[in-house]
Amino acid sequence: MTSKTTEEKTYLFDKPKNVKRVFIFFYSALVVLLIAEFFVHKHPHFPWEEWWGFYAVYGFVACVLLVLAAKYILRPLVKRPEDYYD
Amino acid sequence: MINPIPPAFVFIIGALVISFLKGNLRRGVMLLLPVLAFIDLIQLPAGDSWVFSFLGQDLVLARIDRLSLIFGYIFILIGLITTIYALHVEETLQNMAGLLYTGSALGVVFAGDLFTFFIFWELLTVFCVQLIWARRTKKAMGAGFRYLLFHVVGGLILLAGIVLRVHHTGSLDFSLIGLNGGPGSLLIFTGMGINCAWPFLHTWLSDSYPEATITGTIFLSAFTTKTAVYALARAFPGAEPLIWLGALMAGFPIFFAVIENDLRRVLAYSLINQVGFMVCGIGIGTQLAINGAVAHAFNDILFKGLLFMTMGAVMYRTGKINATDIGGLYRTMPLTCIFCIVGAASISAFPLFSGFVSKSMVMDAAGSEHLRLIWFILLFASAGVFHHAGIKIPYFAFFSHDSGLRPKEAPLHMLIAMGLTAFLCIFNGSFPHFLYSLLPYQPVGYEPYTFPHVLSQTQILFFSALAFALLLLSGIYPAEIRCVNLDADWFYRKGGRLFYRLLDVCFNNLNRVCDQWLAKGLTGAINRFCRHAPARISVWLLTPFSRLGASGGEDNPRRFDKSVQDAFDNGVIPIGLSAAVSGLFLMLLFLFNN
Repeated sequence: MTSKTTEEKTYLFDKPKNVKRVFIFFYSALVVLLIAEFFVHKHPHFPWEEWWGFYAVYGFVACVLLVLAAKYILRPLVKRPEDYYD
Repeated sequence: MINPIPPAFVFIIGALVISFLKGNLRRGVMLLLPVLAFIDLIQLPAGDSWVFSFLGQDLVLARIDRLSLIFGYIFILIGLITTIYALHVEETLQNMAGLLYTGSALGVVFAGDLFTFFIFWELLTVFCVQLIWARRTKKAMGAGFRYLLFHVVGGLILLAGIVLRVHHTGSLDFSLIGLNGGPGSLLIFTGMGINCAWPFLHTWLSDSYPEATITGTIFLSAFTTKTAVYALARAFPGAEPLIWLGALMAGFPIFFAVIENDLRRVLAYSLINQVGFMVCGIGIGTQLAINGAVAHAFNDILFKGLLFMTMGAVMYRTGKINATDIGGLYRTMPLTCIFCIVGAASISAFPLFSGFVSKSMVMDAAGSEHLRLIWFILLFASAGVFHHAGIKIPYFAFFSHDSGLRPKEAPLHMLIAMGLTAFLCIFNGSFPHFLYSLLPYQPVGYEPYTFPHVLSQTQILFFSALAFALLLLSGIYPAEIRCVNLDADWFYRKGGRLFYRLLDVCFNNLNRVCDQWLAKGLTGAINRFCRHAPARISVWLLTPFSRLGASGGEDNPRRFDKSVQDAFDNGVIPIGLSAAVSGLFLMLLFLFNN
């Protein structure tokens, strides 16, 4: 996968084309996962598990909230210079 | 055939033996020890053996049942893997501490009485601290001391609990304790909880694990918390507070992990998060939940060990571990990168990887018991762990910005250790029935690979990844910053200093006042009194003679007083004068007495 140039090697993800491929694969996987849900017969513990896209939405929202809370609430509260305890 | 001994002693005796060996011979023996311990373990009969009578109680060194066996297997296995990983370490202290630490963990697991349990429990702390101090940095020294203090306190609480319990029940037996046994059982519960890294008692873990040596951290990640999980599973299955404690443990560390820069500290937080799932499972207490907790402990030892090993390899080659300093390492460390991704996929519970088959058991148990809020928290934690351990670790170490570092691939023995662990992660994930057959409650009767389960889990992971990708591309994702993030340890790290300052102000000022008033003032006064008193008293006593028997002018009495004082000051009191004073004094005493 790697090819040698005159000075330095270029590696797998140094080529934008490869990065793009990864993203295309990733986005199509998301679509496939959502479509596949139409063909699933579920036996859930809770009613909301039957809603279409529940897990997808929950996963997405949970992570966005996690990052926002960590960045805008937790970090300002707990961030100190590296030598704080020295 | 010699009789099998408690497996702990294979490691303890082995540690003593290797201290006399050097080079390849030592390495060979160290590799042989886990194998011997395993052979030894499968020879031990089920039930209690190695029972000794001590002060009218039975000490049981080898209690073999399904719960202790599976922990014994995984401890020996990770002992072997870590020994392979650490083959480059020549330092005798580290080699011995690693083996003794493994031995102590096995001792705890197979202890059948609380006394033996306590002894090995304390040894865990002693040898663990050696692995932290062996890094020999200032930070490691501090973290080691704090670790020691924390666990000594925990050990004392545990000991107090054991004493109360023995007093209460009259038995040392280590089995189901439950929360209804009075203060003794509550103290034991808390003592175990400290090793289990409960919320606010977790800081020793996130503080010290990232400061230990590269190889030491692999040992640490495997033993202390998992022996605590074992102990809780044996003594407090179904204890309701554990459900909430576990859910909290699964939830809160992920926020810290998102903003943490030191990648080994990120893993330490995710370790707490994973132990949260186990603790929650033990709290739920159904057969499925306990099986899930134990299976997850088994898998977690492997995938968390694997992640720590890959980060250790990065550290070994680059000397750096902060996300701000590394990045883009996939170019020259491709195998380590792949192993890291396997570990990340396992901890995130991707289908076909080990976390998938065990974490879902706890989730399913929470669902079966209709613990709605708990289920939501655990689901949040599942998404979050993928976010911080599953994506963040591999992404910031091996991809992200190109740090320009081009280190060599990890050394062969590390690659073998990581490869073996990665294989086991995939094996357990793809063929879960082998792991299930080892679980305490049989038959397991849980099938992870149903279409809805696979689909919902994949959805949650992929859409978490989408959130990560979008946040990163939009620049909202918190940039890695060199910093310290405060945690509950602030209270004793800064609080300790405040305490110190408070004592400094109180006691040093008290000291100063005492010095001023007592040492200098009062002694001075006494000194002056003692020096001048005899002269003054003499002058006073002699007043009648000096005044009445006055001969000459007005100055005479004063001159006489002065001569008495001078005589006392210079120590040249005429004997007659002294005798006269003494005689007068005696006379006065005599008069007053009558």
